[in-house]
Amino acid sequence: MSLLLENVRKTYRQPDGTRLNILGIRRFELQQGEQVALVGGSGGGKTTLLNVISGVTQADSGVVRVDGTDIARLPEAVRDRFRAEKIGIVFQTFHLLPAFTAYENVLLGMSFSGKANRDYARSLLERVGLGHRLHHRPGQLSVGEQQRVAVARALANRPRLMLADEPTASVDTANQSTILGLLRDACREGNVSLLLVTHSPEVASQFSRVDRLADFNQPGDLT
Amino acid sequence: MNRFTIALKSIRQRGLASSLTSLSVALGVALMIAVLILNNAISGLFSQRSTGYDMIIGPKGSATQLVLSTVYRIEPPIENLPWRYYREWQAKPEVEYAIPVALGDTTQVGQFPIVGTTVDYFRIPSGYNRGKPVPYLLEGELPGGAWDAVIGSEVARKNGWKVGSQFKMIHGGQDEHVHDELFTVRGVLGRTTTPNDRTVFVNLEGFFLLAGHDKPIDEAVAREADFYRESVEQVRERYKADLAHLKEHAHHDHGAGHDHAHHDHGPVPDLQREVTSILVVAKQDPDFPFQSQSFVMGTMADLKEGFQAQAVSPVKVMTDIMTKLVGNIRLALMILTGLIILVSGIGIFVSIYNSMSDRRREIGIMRALGASRTAVMTIILAESILLCVGGFLGGLVLGHGLIALGAPFIEARSGLVIERFSFDPIELTVFPAILVLATLVGIVPGLTAYRTDVADALAH
Repeated sequence: MSLLLENVRKTYRQPDGTRLNILGIRRFELQQGEQVALVGGSGGGKTTLLNVISGVTQADSGVVRVDGTDIARLPEAVRDRFRAEKIGIVFQTFHLLPAFTAYENVLLGMSFSGKANRDYARSLLERVGLGHRLHHRPGQLSVGEQQRVAVARALANRPRLMLADEPTASVDTANQSTILGLLRDACREGNVSLLLVTHSPEVASQFSRVDRLADFNQPGDLT
Repeated sequence: MNRFTIALKSIRQRGLASSLTSLSVALGVALMIAVLILNNAISGLFSQRSTGYDMIIGPKGSATQLVLSTVYRIEPPIENLPWRYYREWQAKPEVEYAIPVALGDTTQVGQFPIVGTTVDYFRIPSGYNRGKPVPYLLEGELPGGAWDAVIGSEVARKNGWKVGSQFKMIHGGQDEHVHDELFTVRGVLGRTTTPNDRTVFVNLEGFFLLAGHDKPIDEAVAREADFYRESVEQVRERYKADLAHLKEHAHHDHGAGHDHAHHDHGPVPDLQREVTSILVVAKQDPDFPFQSQSFVMGTMADLKEGFQAQAVSPVKVMTDIMTKLVGNIRLALMILTGLIILVSGIGIFVSIYNSMSDRRREIGIMRALGASRTAVMTIILAESILLCVGGFLGGLVLGHGLIALGAPFIEARSGLVIERFSFDPIELTVFPAILVLATLVGIVPGLTAYRTDVADALAH
């Protein structure tokens, strides 16, 4: 099993001191190599869920098991390292570093796992069709190209789990299918589990498994 | 891609701000280097140039004034000593050289100080290079006749004088008038990088013969009686022959403005002669190496207790001046440049700190990619270190470059000789200090990066 969430609860303290329940998940699982589209409304906790799974945010309670490791129980530094090695993330707004070239952005993704491999970084960019744009900075790339760099960066450490937060929301229709195709093919080839958050029915329709966040997330349910 | 590479990218991204903050450090370091090298040049000037003499004997008064007037010619002489006293020193068996020095006048052109002395002055080395004596280089010859002179290299350069040039002197003291007598340049000294370069040496005999330089007889008798605690009669008895000669000579009256150089006067009697100081070099006996030292120490102590004169060690006086005056100036300049570097450091702090709000997203991205809190903090610290070290290296080049370019100009204007490519070991201590500064100024922005909330940073 690639991902297992059990009794995961996450709340935030509001300015008036009261707590806002965001996540209340009894059980959610993802098999190794499985690809799931997660659909949910705005403010439904999709991004928080991805942050909890990636270890960027720590759950208040519960089990967050990724590739057999309960990352909720790991010390922060170990969790960071685990994220670098096992989890790839594609953001809606790409989050490329503007001072770095496409190639360097991919290398940067490898740097924190300690596995920098220049040839692999180059091959990933070639894989996403940017072999000729290695040394261009994000500002010199189109929106679609930037997201392809982000996909290459997410694959840089040969992750076991890929988290994609609205990866096609910022690109035009022509690029949507290209990026989605790249992401899904790359995950399939590497037997990487993919959890893709989207609000687009078109995107979701391409997945054999589509989960609605509201169906398994009951924020007020777990206390 | 290591953390320094990542930091370097960030610096490049903010090229102008980074360059300016680094430049401010460079300017501080360059200034510090310039101060260090100039200070070394001044220290060298003060510490090495007077080491040829074991003692300077002069009238009672300020030891500092005695050294500054005799060696550096930047203070007026204290008073004068009788010629008899000089003779006594010359006769001492422990003394290798006792060199009379008469000061106070300046050249009419260029206002260079005049030193009346004997050729023995040039037997003492012009300086020491790595402990070895450096002899005087001379074009022409040493002053032989009463109206002969030897000039320093700077005098020759500035006044355009050469062998055969003639000049007049301005009388020192309250009554400043131009002496009528003409001196002729017989020799030009090679550059010594000492105050001698800016000095005109005239034959002491000629110096005494100048109108007004021979002390009036009654005054000379009274002064010598006072100096030796003798009666006027005793002094007159001692100089009986001189006084008789002077009485006879008095009948031969001078017309105003006559030319001494073309007239044989005969030497000025000893009674009317006086010197402002005596440079003493003690005899060295290889079998008894401490003998000369004990002679010098004993003389200094004896004269301190006596009433006639003082003996000072020029090295000790200059060391005191260096410590009290030049040392303090050096300290003040070092503190000032230290503060400049500190202010530059604060500039780097402000620059990095201000950029932190723009960089929250970048830090969030790196953290999301797996960078630990410590990693992002060290990236910020690396950035601070790179800016400071870059500034340090730039400052090294700038400081030494300025010195190399400015040395000839300073030398021409002030006579201060600066080694163009000299290096002060203290420069090496600046480097760790810069590293400490970089760490200090980077720590707060680094902690800001450390504390950055990833989810929050990515959301904005």
